[in-house]
Amino acid sequence: MATEVKEGQDIRNMVRTLVQNHGDEKAELIPILHEINRELGYISDEAIKELSKRMNLPSSHIYSVATFYRMLSTEPRGRHVIQFCESAPCHVAGGRLVWQKLQRELGLAKGETSQDDKWTLLTTSCLGLCGVGPVMVIDNDIYGNVTPEQVPGILKNYE
Amino acid sequence: MKTTRSMVLVSSDPESLDRGALDVFSTLQKQITKFGLEEEIALSMITDISKHAMSPLVLVYPDAVIYGPVTADDVPRIVEEHLYKGRVVEEKQISAYDLSGRVAWLSSRKGTMPAENRIVLKNVGLIDPENIEEYIINEGYEALGTVLKEMTPDETIKVIKDSGLRGRGGAGFPTGLKWQFVKGAKGNKKYVICNADESEPGTFKDRLVLEGDPHGIIEAMSIAAYAVGADEGYVYIRGEYGLAISRMQKAIQQARDYNLLGENIFGTDFSFDIHIHAGAGAYICGEETALIESIEGNRGEPRPRPPYPTTAGLWQKPTLVNNVETLANIPAIIRNGGAWYKNIGTPSSPGTKVYTVLGNVNVTGLIEVPMGITLREVISIYAKGMKDGATFKLAQTGGSSGSIIPASLQDTPMDFDSYNKAGVSLGSGALLICNEEVCVVDLAKVLLNFFRYESCGKCNPCRIGNKRAYETLVNISEGVGTLQDLKDLQMMSDQLYEMSNCGLGQTAGSPLKDILAHFRAEVEAHIKLKVCPAGVCPMSGQRIYKTI
Repeated sequence: MATEVKEGQDIRNMVRTLVQNHGDEKAELIPILHEINRELGYISDEAIKELSKRMNLPSSHIYSVATFYRMLSTEPRGRHVIQFCESAPCHVAGGRLVWQKLQRELGLAKGETSQDDKWTLLTTSCLGLCGVGPVMVIDNDIYGNVTPEQVPGILKNYE
Repeated sequence: MKTTRSMVLVSSDPESLDRGALDVFSTLQKQITKFGLEEEIALSMITDISKHAMSPLVLVYPDAVIYGPVTADDVPRIVEEHLYKGRVVEEKQISAYDLSGRVAWLSSRKGTMPAENRIVLKNVGLIDPENIEEYIINEGYEALGTVLKEMTPDETIKVIKDSGLRGRGGAGFPTGLKWQFVKGAKGNKKYVICNADESEPGTFKDRLVLEGDPHGIIEAMSIAAYAVGADEGYVYIRGEYGLAISRMQKAIQQARDYNLLGENIFGTDFSFDIHIHAGAGAYICGEETALIESIEGNRGEPRPRPPYPTTAGLWQKPTLVNNVETLANIPAIIRNGGAWYKNIGTPSSPGTKVYTVLGNVNVTGLIEVPMGITLREVISIYAKGMKDGATFKLAQTGGSSGSIIPASLQDTPMDFDSYNKAGVSLGSGALLICNEEVCVVDLAKVLLNFFRYESCGKCNPCRIGNKRAYETLVNISEGVGTLQDLKDLQMMSDQLYEMSNCGLGQTAGSPLKDILAHFRAEVEAHIKLKVCPAGVCPMSGQRIYKTI
């Protein structure tokens, strides 16, 4: 997800460019946070501080928004983010067993990132792909009709 | 795989039984086998037809033909003529309007056509959604032209009112009335918002409309904007719907290029443009005031109401918020007239409904059928029956804010009012069909886990109530629940409904209420016998709190 680790001046420049492109209206806050999250893999303190200055909004407001939405993260994540759907249609279609297998295979519990920063394991609410449940999404790849037996093979696709 | 072509129901209320309904049933069985139709035709008894002079009744779906009174002697002719040759036996047929009971009757389903009827999904899958010209040659933007050139805003609202269209987001509020509120609201700046933050578990109808027919939404929003006096619109699409967002972006650009969005559309004084706002992952933003907060760049926390968005919405201006499916009906209603639409479905809930059929059935996916069809029909005909011939136990409607429908309600017409009367809700149009391997405690636990996670946390009843209800269900599923827990669950359900600020909290408790009303014995088995009848719950005996 994250392309490369950016620091200090790079982050400040990126935020400045984004605010120039989007404008500093408050309504642009969520679109800008989306882009920061995509670039960095998460929304760092540095980015929040710079955004606060450029958009003339309190850091507390930006932080409260960034932590409210599921697609935005204020914590660094692993190279690959797994989202497993835990809503009722996937659950009824056999999702419980897939979820147990996934946790065992990775040695991770919900919300954890692996020691080597390779994986972050998250659960998500319905992704609207219920016709092919159980569903899991790794980065931007969608896997449907997943069975516990398929889990190791799917994970092998990622470096 | 067994494919059911048709379904035959025999009434079995005491009066019907008294008049030989069992004989009719067994003769039907024999005759159907005689013609080798047993694979194609499902035969069942139904109980809940009210007392009627014409009983016993035989109902044939999907044709919705009703025969009565039927004796065993009439059966061979009905089977041979109707089920085998496809000709209705008119002498034995009675009018559906004479029935006062709870069996669905539909004026739009006379004749022998199956009930599927596509208005919302008319173009989906048939045209190239990235090519505006394909939309235009399929009657596209015709309705917008008619409205702008030949109709006043009041006349436009009248057509929508006459159609009887009700909001498809779940609440069923009359759409024409909402439009009139916004038009009548004071203010020179007004907005139209399309709510495409579809996040109800099990629901993906709006995604297919956005991906398959984005211009239909643009046209509908433009018509709505003209009617209410707005010049700016937003489509709020949930952030996870990447393809829907990019298709909508393309469609908006094409419409601008053709001057179907922008200044002086169709050479009139009407100007309108649409922006896209991508959500960032929050179920609550489907609530209209939370959605508005989110567009403004805030946390998606619902506002207290009143004032309603119709008077003070986006940036405190009068705002019309309509669901994708609601809007997708608009162009067809303008083209064909309100009376045409009102004739489809049931009198109090006209039109069609798009359902996402899921769960333990042979065919899952999207169907669009007239309002008033029954769950039994959906399962036997559109879903091609239960998977592996299993027994139907329950259906969960409308995502997590829907209801748990027990088998006893599967002959209740699915429309807003009939479901309200039966104490259940149609919700957003998901139908999660479950067999007997699904445990109601486990299902309720998953649903409450969802609400616990998605509650925005602004008001206490919802934030704390959902968490406590979830923990109580976990304890029951671990075999350490008490009978007091059941009283607590009922109380939490009532308090969530009465005290929560918005629709999320108000409906969050309905799974609790439903399992206690319809599956109490199964829940009690977890407590009294320490057994999960479906064999799903862990029953580890530890009173613990853990996430699934």
